[in-house]
Amino acid sequence: MSADEVKHPGINLGDTRDLSHRDAEHDLFGFWIFLMSDAIIFALLFATYGVMLVGTAGGPTPADTYKILPAFIETLVLLTSSFTFGMASIAMKHDAGKVRLMRWLAVTLVLGLIFLAMELKDFATMIGDGAYPARSGYLSSFFALVPLHGLHVAAGCLWVVVMMVQVAFFGLDERVKVNLLRLGLFWHFLDIVWIAIFSVVYLQGLIR
Amino acid sequence: MTKPNDSRSQETRGYTIGYVAALVLTGAAFAAVRWPSVGTTATLAIVFALALIQMAVHFRFFLHIGLARSARDDLQLILFSAVIIILMVSGTLVILFNLRHRMM
Repeated sequence: MSADEVKHPGINLGDTRDLSHRDAEHDLFGFWIFLMSDAIIFALLFATYGVMLVGTAGGPTPADTYKILPAFIETLVLLTSSFTFGMASIAMKHDAGKVRLMRWLAVTLVLGLIFLAMELKDFATMIGDGAYPARSGYLSSFFALVPLHGLHVAAGCLWVVVMMVQVAFFGLDERVKVNLLRLGLFWHFLDIVWIAIFSVVYLQGLIR
Repeated sequence: MTKPNDSRSQETRGYTIGYVAALVLTGAAFAAVRWPSVGTTATLAIVFALALIQMAVHFRFFLHIGLARSARDDLQLILFSAVIIILMVSGTLVILFNLRHRMM
């Protein structure tokens, strides 16, 4: 029964593979500590944003700058990518082959890239409308916070590609599985940061 | 011992529940802002409350953080980080808003 215990965040390989389960506990706890310190970086950028929110220097205000529809679609895309990554984790845990795993990873990658493309288009529109980072303290703090999350998603997409290559070349050995578990934590963590971004940045700015 | 197939469908159900709950909470938050029915302060409170609930849903269903004894370390690390975050963010906001108030 002990193999069924939850030993680390994210999906647990459990009784499907006992050896990697024990190693995974240590490896993933270390990565979890990194994610929590990353969360603190984001939290301080949120604090900076909250302080700077009124510092528009006569330039665009949050209500002028944000549009609700693109923010909503980006949220749905990222949320769905979190779900598809969950499906990839389940395929990795239970499937003997790697076809389904690769398919779900590919879907996740495409959703991540769609999110990035939409976000870049948003930034381009903002900058075109005169809401560029150097315009005011408020916009500087916006462009410190939100693109940092985008940068994380870009790194996550790159990581998905690396993992697909590793799965293709090495197959599903213990090392590759632990790496995929880490990537899963990272990807789900980014979605949690995005919840804070769409609530604190976009929705707060759009409340009338 | 559960059979692998049982745990597979159980896990799929977990992710699906989390996904649907997250969609509902996200939709509710955006709807509260898109079609405001209460005052601005109340709307902001609703949005923040929904965000906190959605974060809990993500931790529970996507990151599998539970109350089981073996997962306590992870939960404690999350709670510790949350305490640090609350202290630093609220401290920053209080001090700097107070400073602005005095500079006015």
